[in-house]
Amino acid sequence: MTWDTEFAISIIPRLLEGLAVTIQATVIGYLVAVVLGLFVAILRRIDYIGPVVFVVFEFIRTTPVLVQLLFVFALAPASVEPLTIGVAVLGVHYAAYTAEVYRSGIEGVAKGQWEACRALSLPPWRVWGAVVLPQAIRKVVPALGNYLISLFKDTPYLFAITVGEMLFVANAIGTEAFRSMEAYTLAGLFFLAVSVPSAVIIRRLERRYAAV
Amino acid sequence: MQQSESTHSTETAGVQSAQEAPGGEIIRFDKVVKRYGSNVVLNELDFSVAPGERVTLIGPSGSGKTTILRLLMTLEDIDGGVIWVNGEPLSHMRRGDKLVKANEAHLRSVRKNIGMVFQQFNLFPNMSVRKNITEGPVHSLGVSKDEANQRAEELLDLVGLNEKIDAHPTQLSGGQQQRVAIARALAMRPQILLLDEVTSALDPELVAGVLDVLRNIAQTTDITMLCVTHEMSFARDVSHRVLMFDAGQVAEEGPPEQIFGDPQEERTKSFLKAVLEHG
Repeated sequence: MTWDTEFAISIIPRLLEGLAVTIQATVIGYLVAVVLGLFVAILRRIDYIGPVVFVVFEFIRTTPVLVQLLFVFALAPASVEPLTIGVAVLGVHYAAYTAEVYRSGIEGVAKGQWEACRALSLPPWRVWGAVVLPQAIRKVVPALGNYLISLFKDTPYLFAITVGEMLFVANAIGTEAFRSMEAYTLAGLFFLAVSVPSAVIIRRLERRYAAV
Repeated sequence: MQQSESTHSTETAGVQSAQEAPGGEIIRFDKVVKRYGSNVVLNELDFSVAPGERVTLIGPSGSGKTTILRLLMTLEDIDGGVIWVNGEPLSHMRRGDKLVKANEAHLRSVRKNIGMVFQQFNLFPNMSVRKNITEGPVHSLGVSKDEANQRAEELLDLVGLNEKIDAHPTQLSGGQQQRVAIARALAMRPQILLLDEVTSALDPELVAGVLDVLRNIAQTTDITMLCVTHEMSFARDVSHRVLMFDAGQVAEEGPPEQIFGDPQEERTKSFLKAVLEHG
């Protein structure tokens, strides 16, 4: 099969539409992951609730995201958009990872900081909101950033539940035109074009926060 | 070994220690036990402190001095006995005629009377000096931000750091950080101030500045102070009473001129000799 530049150029608009869906799924899924992961990390420190939360999210973390996507897609009512299911599953799956990141950040906050909060009788919402989390999150920003790239690279799994993301579009083009090479190559290049600059930004963040 | 108020009085040298310790009891340890695993750190410890009294705790490492402060600040759980602050049980609360283990609300309420300055300062690195000092009063005592800010400025004047009010802790020297930590503790207007080896983490040239601030506070306020220190000259200057600890018990106590000038117990003599030789 030879490379057809004219055909490749003609499919770029459709692939960019797919890329827009990919980015949408990544951004919303990531927001779910960073917010839910924070709650999970805090809940895990609470007596009685913590062990239950731990078991649930360990299960999510140690089972494949593709299986989770297909499972939820099969059980969800037909009225729910596949993209909504995909974003929710990716978000919850990655929350299991970000919770671990937050946990390490929280445990990295010096014991003396907790003791100073206690000595000042600060209410729990100030202890967490003003002292512990600002210090903990600062330490884990680079690790959280890595999961953004990782989640972006997992969005092709949404193909399995018919979400029109970039791989889904590339596959559809291949099926329609009986030419797959251009579509898959361009899809790969678009993934690269987003993830490489993101990785550079995250490395810079890593250096910046490591220096503090 | 219960210390009655009559034994608190002193006629020690120095401006501060010439002051008579007021009567009554603000702190009382009743047969307090604290263990770490099988290691008994405090062994049925009894002692009391009068309001406004300045007590220095001395003794070898592991003798239980810091544990006393940490129990008072409720940073550790008690294993036996009762600690009383202002006539109220600290580690317990009343339920009918019984004393039961205190809940967090009770601990928070009693703790508001107590301030602590730590060996490692423990300032919040993500906050400015101003915010470090106003955080407790605003969010724990319910003081208005304006009032807390004004108090922060007064306290920074007291510790000589007014120009650093908008700096962050990482921009300060160790001595400056410790002075901010003292201001932060005082901002809570505590009745009791706990000082846990506040100069131990400082370079020698920074120690004098911190001790001068504490001397000034001792001179100008009636805060009850419990101080763990190896700075014997400071202890002599500001204390009404010195307690020598050994193996979780008070080995000897008395006014500083007696403990430092004419110790009676062999353990006290050997400890002071060792400290003076290495200090």
